[in-house]
Parts: sequence; structure tokens; C-alpha cells
Amino acid sequence: MVDMKSNEINTKVSLCGWELDNPVIPASGTFGYGYEFAELYDINCLGTFSFKGTTLEPRFGNSTPRIAECTSGMINSVGLQNPGVRAVIDNELPKLKKCFNKKVIANVSGFSVSEYAKTCALLDECEQVGILEVNVSCPNVHNGGMSFGTSCESAAEVTRAVKKVTTKPVFIKLSPNVTDIASIAKACEDAGADGISLINTLLGMRIDLKTKKPVIANKMGGFSGSAIFPVALSMVYRVHAAVSIPIIGMGGVSSAKDVLEMMLAGATAVQIGAANLVNPFVCRDIIEELPKQMQKYGIKNLKEIIGGAHNG
Amino acid sequence: MKQGIFTIISNECIAKDVYRMELEGDTSAVSAPGQFVNIQLDGFYLRRPISICDYDESCLTLIYKKVGEGTERMSLMSKGEKLDLLTGLGNGYDTSASGEKPLLIGGGVGVPPLYNLCKSLIAEGKTPTVILGYNTSDEVFYQKEFKELGAEVFVTTVDGSLGTKGFVTDVMKKLDYTYFYTCGPMPMFHAIEKTAVTSGQFSFEERMGCGFGACMGCSCKTKYGSKRICKDGPVLEREEIIW
Repeated sequence: MVDMKSNEINTKVSLCGWELDNPVIPASGTFGYGYEFAELYDINCLGTFSFKGTTLEPRFGNSTPRIAECTSGMINSVGLQNPGVRAVIDNELPKLKKCFNKKVIANVSGFSVSEYAKTCALLDECEQVGILEVNVSCPNVHNGGMSFGTSCESAAEVTRAVKKVTTKPVFIKLSPNVTDIASIAKACEDAGADGISLINTLLGMRIDLKTKKPVIANKMGGFSGSAIFPVALSMVYRVHAAVSIPIIGMGGVSSAKDVLEMMLAGATAVQIGAANLVNPFVCRDIIEELPKQMQKYGIKNLKEIIGGAHNG
Repeated sequence: MKQGIFTIISNECIAKDVYRMELEGDTSAVSAPGQFVNIQLDGFYLRRPISICDYDESCLTLIYKKVGEGTERMSLMSKGEKLDLLTGLGNGYDTSASGEKPLLIGGGVGVPPLYNLCKSLIAEGKTPTVILGYNTSDEVFYQKEFKELGAEVFVTTVDGSLGTKGFVTDVMKKLDYTYFYTCGPMPMFHAIEKTAVTSGQFSFEERMGCGFGACMGCSCKTKYGSKRICKDGPVLEREEIIW
């Protein structure tokens, strides 16, 4: 135990000049548009959060069952259900404003380069949006989403198109379902991305032994939960070595210790996804626990540990 | 919704693969019959959503069927063990629409949430009739408990080993009722939809991620747009359901 007073602990981090009180961010798709969690606790304790993946037009998403359980994780195949960007701007963001006084990360998905650009252009107008997180990695929709994130060229093309329509920082959210995530991250950086979010879910499936058929209606889905944490950590580590823009690290993060590991691997901020679905209070709990773990491991200023595992 | 630690008071087998668990804890978030709880179990990533059979100020009664590894684990738990529950989930049944003579129709493990509903309707001065449908007599439970509430109770079994041989709809079509409430398997719902002569409410089951509206894992299409079974349901009105 390092001798350190708790009032000397600094959990603040900075994403492209946006200072967050702490690096804890509920991940897109596990926190809706925020206001429903505000019924459970004051969500202003969060660093910020990333709202539900939003597309230009409304989407119902995939057929059910959309959920399968795994050892230490789960598979989802929601398929980007959302009310469409205009309804998000007109209905969801005003509701959020009543209970959240910070800016939010707008998570955007699309089915063509121009659709990504149109959706981002509309969100660029929103004062409540601090960062655009462009999802090129959804494993649950055909002819879209992930296909843009599986090659350097298409990921760069989406990045360039979005950067043209916004002055807000653009983070590209990458898929782990590729041969070399670091080279795709580098291509996004070269195309003008302000940061990288990783990882989205791993492609996975379960089969029901009683019916002998896939559990999920769409057969496969995105595997998340604490089981994927080591995979995510290694990818954040590799991407940090390849790029100089900030990284939001995610994938199986469930505790304050996981947050610290992610930051040591190279993340400036950390998203928490599936864990919210099991414990709706997990982000609040992690924020409370973080200074205690920092004290325990002799960390005074969180900013100073970013990428620390690469040294020496 | 509330998160709380509950202590098991009893956990016993009441029919083939069907168990009743009584739990003590803070039930203040439970506000309507037909709501459910979501139970965390050691060794399982996702919680288990289980409908509430009955509740009072400090106690919950759950009836569940052993269908998979999670519910099997629950069936092995004993008095004094503690469970982490999310309570007050789902919309529950709306008793205000019932009229004087509502009909309650339960199929198998769809029966439990109707128990507290029946109790609430009787407390409101209504005269509910109950049809409980099972495959065979081994599976029958709560026939006596519903009678003790003061309701008229009909039991059907597919094999005729107890009560009327056949399906719940064989009894339903002979009865007069002002409204209906049901919970059970989808084939039963389809048969009720064809047979019913009044409005009613159906309580649906779906594989859930969170159970409180965050993940969109259990969405369904209705005539009035998409709804989440866990948060906007599990009870949907007959008029909004797309069959």
C-alpha cells in the first residue's frame, strides 16, 4: 500500500480536449438514451455515455430470440434497433437533457458511406453531442456495419466522409473480427479520425441441444461480457502501439481494476457494456471503487497511466 | 425497479419439475400483479426472469419450472441462502379493465402470475373465474389455492387425467366473462385469440438480456410500434398484438 491521501487522487481524463470527471462510460447499446437509467441513480456521476447505435432511418432490428447466454458472457443480435436519427434529436436528446448535464457520445451506424455522413451531419448540429462514435463494426446487420470496418480502405472512406460533415471529434469504433485491427486503426488515423473505440463484439453463436438449432434467430450474434476482456485488452494494447490518437477501450470491462488495466494498455477512457445489463448500477459502483483501487495500486493521476504497460 | 438481497424462506417441489420459492426482502418496488423479478445466480452470466406469483410487504412467492441449468440450480437452493434480485420489473396486469366477471386463463408455468391477479381482482370486489391448463395431472398445481381465494376454478389436462380432457379453450368457449387475462405458451395464446369474445391481456415470455429495458433484446412488433417485453410488457393488450 502506497501512502496517499484520497483527496490527492485525480480521476479526470481528457478526450480531444473534452475533460471527463472520470474515464467510465456506459457503452452504446447497453444504456439506451440514458434517461431510463436516470430513474435508478444520478447519471451525472458518469464520465459520459455512448448512446444507442443510431441510423438515418428507424430500424426494428432482428427477429427474436436476440439473446443467448454464454460462460462469462452473452450473445446479442439486436440488429441496431433505433428510432432513427431525427427522432433521436427531436425526442430522445431533449428527454436526456432533463437528467444529464454533460455532453454525450453519439454512436452512429449506417449502410452506405453517404448514410453515415448524413446521420453525422444531423448530429453535428446538436450541442449535446460531444463526440461522434462511428460504428463500422456491428456484426448483426447484413450489407452494412461490420463490412466497413473489415478493410483499411472502407474504414478510411467512412472516416473521410464523416470528417467532411462535422467539426466534432470523430472516433471510429472497430471490430475485433479482422486479421489486423492495428492496421485498420492506423488507416482511420491517416484518414483524419480523432480517436479509436475498440472493441465491438466478437462474432459468436450457441446451439440449443434440445432443438439442435441456433439459439439466436439470426443464427450468430455479437459475443460480449467478461469473457472477452483479455482479447479486448490485447487489441487496445496493439492499437495503442500503432496510433497516436486517443483510444476508448472496451470489451468485457466489469470492474475498477479492469478499467485500470485498459488504461495501462493504452485507453484514455473506458466503456462498460454487457456488465450494465447484469448490474444496472455497475458504472456508478465502478466510479465509487476507482479511487480506492488507484490508492491501492499507487496511482495518483489517472492520466499518467495511459499506455503505461508499454514502457520499459 | 430496485436491487435487493433476498433470503430464501422455503423452496419446495409442488408438481413435476415445478418449484415454489418464498423469499424475504424489500418488496416495495413491486406495484402490480404480473410483474417479474430478475435473479442473479452464481456461475451464470445473465439473470433469470421469473414471474411473481404472490407478494406482500416483506415476502415474495415465485413458482418456476426446472427447464434449464439456471432453474435447476435454483431448485437445489435451500432455506437461508441469499439471492440478488431486481424487483418491480415489467408493467403487470391492469385490473381496471376487468369488468365484473373476468376470466383468468393459465397454461402450465403461466399459471403463477394469475394468482396475485386473482387475489387483487377479488379484493376489488370482482368475481373472477379461473381456467388452469396442464398436459397431465402430474403437472397440476395451485388448483386448491385459487379455490381458497374464492374463485371458481376449472382444470383441463390434455390427456384427461384430471379435470376436463382437452385445452383451456374447450372450457373458455362455454363461459360468460367480461374480460380475460392470460399467461402461458404461444400455441395456447393463438387458440385463445381465436376463441375469445372480449378484450383481454396476454403476458408474454421472451429471452431477455437485462430485463429492465436497456438492451432491446426482447423487442416485439405491435400495432402501435415496437415494444420491449421486459419494460413495456410483459403484458400486452389484445388489440395491440400482431399475431
